Amino acid sequence: MTNDTINLDQLTGWLTRFRDLVTEQVSYLTELDSAIGDADHGSNMTRGMGAVVEKIQASPAGTVDELFKGAGMTLVTSVGGASGPLYGTFFLRIGTTAGPVASLDAPGLAAALRAGLDGVVARGKAEAGDKTMYDVLAPALDAFDAALLASSDITSAAAAAYSAAQTGRDATEALLARKGRASYLGERSIGHIDPGAASTSLLFQALTEILGEE
Amino acid sequence: MKKLINSPETVLADSLVGVAAAHPELRVDHVNRIIYRADPTRAGKVALLSGGGTGHEPLHGGFVGVGMLDAACAGAVFTSPTPDQMLEATKVVDSGAGVLHIVKNYTGDVMNFEMGAELAAAETGIEVAVVVVNDDVAVEDSTFTAGRRGVGTTVLLEKIAGAAAEEGRDLAAVAAVARQVNESGRSMGVALSSCTVPAAGKPTFELAEGEMEIGVGIHGEPGRRRVPLAGAAEIARLLVEPILADLDFTGAPTIVMVNGLGGTPLIELYVMYAEVRKVLDAAGITVARSLVGNYITALDMAGCSVTILKADDDLLQLWDAPVNTSGLRWGM
Repeated sequence: MTNDTINLDQLTGWLTRFRDLVTEQVSYLTELDSAIGDADHGSNMTRGMGAVVEKIQASPAGTVDELFKGAGMTLVTSVGGASGPLYGTFFLRIGTTAGPVASLDAPGLAAALRAGLDGVVARGKAEAGDKTMYDVLAPALDAFDAALLASSDITSAAAAAYSAAQTGRDATEALLARKGRASYLGERSIGHIDPGAASTSLLFQALTEILGEE
Repeated sequence: MKKLINSPETVLADSLVGVAAAHPELRVDHVNRIIYRADPTRAGKVALLSGGGTGHEPLHGGFVGVGMLDAACAGAVFTSPTPDQMLEATKVVDSGAGVLHIVKNYTGDVMNFEMGAELAAAETGIEVAVVVVNDDVAVEDSTFTAGRRGVGTTVLLEKIAGAAAEEGRDLAAVAAVARQVNESGRSMGVALSSCTVPAAGKPTFELAEGEMEIGVGIHGEPGRRRVPLAGAAEIARLLVEPILADLDFTGAPTIVMVNGLGGTPLIELYVMYAEVRKVLDAAGITVARSLVGNYITALDMAGCSVTILKADDDLLQLWDAPVNTSGLRWGM
């Protein structure tokens, strides 16, 4: 189905589906992190997103900013490590940019996601090719924006973003890590997909899946 | 995995219960996982706050007390604490003179402390200064990595900056002393065995019987290279030479620490200290003060690290000042 707007239920569904995906993929994310990090990305994301969904279910948000600020603060305070501040800042900035609305149109969602990316860059200081979540987030949002030039349908833009996200995720395998704990491995970081890039790809998979539902 | 625990999930909470029971001179906030001095910060004294993942004890909680830290935020084992902990601790320890955050240079620690300081600024207006410790010479190509890791110098910095705060210096002066220590301290470590993170249940890395990892980090991060096990004299040379190549320590008094990583007996640390002194004597380095023991550990990892700090009269005077913590105590 096509969507010119995305409402609060769908956005809540996005976060819930992301929780489901990181939970299903917990071993895969941990395996990736064992190779070049400290083997906690799967459990950290599962714990963090679990707390996010629990909080939403306990007190559903009334507006988009409330939803994402709540999700961001929950991640920041429950995860620790680097993924807590990075994902937390991503959602916090989405909330701040979206404002107290009940739904977002395509340009509104694009602007909110872009602000989220800017927040991740400000927090983590990553650049293209550093082998981080940036290498998925940036090309995915570029694809999202490009798709919206052709049509105002959020569903097809999300599909384009997910496709770019998968390409970006797979491309991190050949990269040399220049940020985070993986960077201490130097050349030994080559040949492994970045765990943060993998979880970020799940974020776009979740968005595509939730928008595809009737 | 054989450990003295109830379950991997409760290691941190259970250990904080033990800290509170053993140390009436400390106050433990079990909800926020913060260790404070039992007495509130003296009015006008700059407060020192540090913290990080646990598993490095006595760092940081064992250094809370007169002459060192005012509070330490505890994260899960090898995982940074979260910004809400730093915000809460900052609010509690500030006496109006400001708070110095002492952060080891790891991506997670830096980001979480940064967010904690931002929240403190937004909510309270408390003046916060930050010093990031990055003294590990094992990380060579720091331009292309997350930078050098914060290791042994953290211990010396918390002691010296703590004494400066106790003396009544203001926030800018305490932060300046802390930065001087960071810029003048260098460390290098060696692992003879891996550590086992309770939640992982198995060793972080494999090291064969006849091997050692030179330049290992305090979380089991890889070092510069893996080489055949050698005698203490050769290991001392492998640790001290890269430190001396990185900074000129001649012509100044130094403070030298040989630190155990958690699984090495003290008698071996003294064997190492003897060999480290021989290397330093041969290089014409003056050792003014020494510290040998387990101060910044990596759970049950066998091995040690060497830290050398280029001091001056002011730093030595601050080093000698009284300190009364569970991990470091003299002069009182």
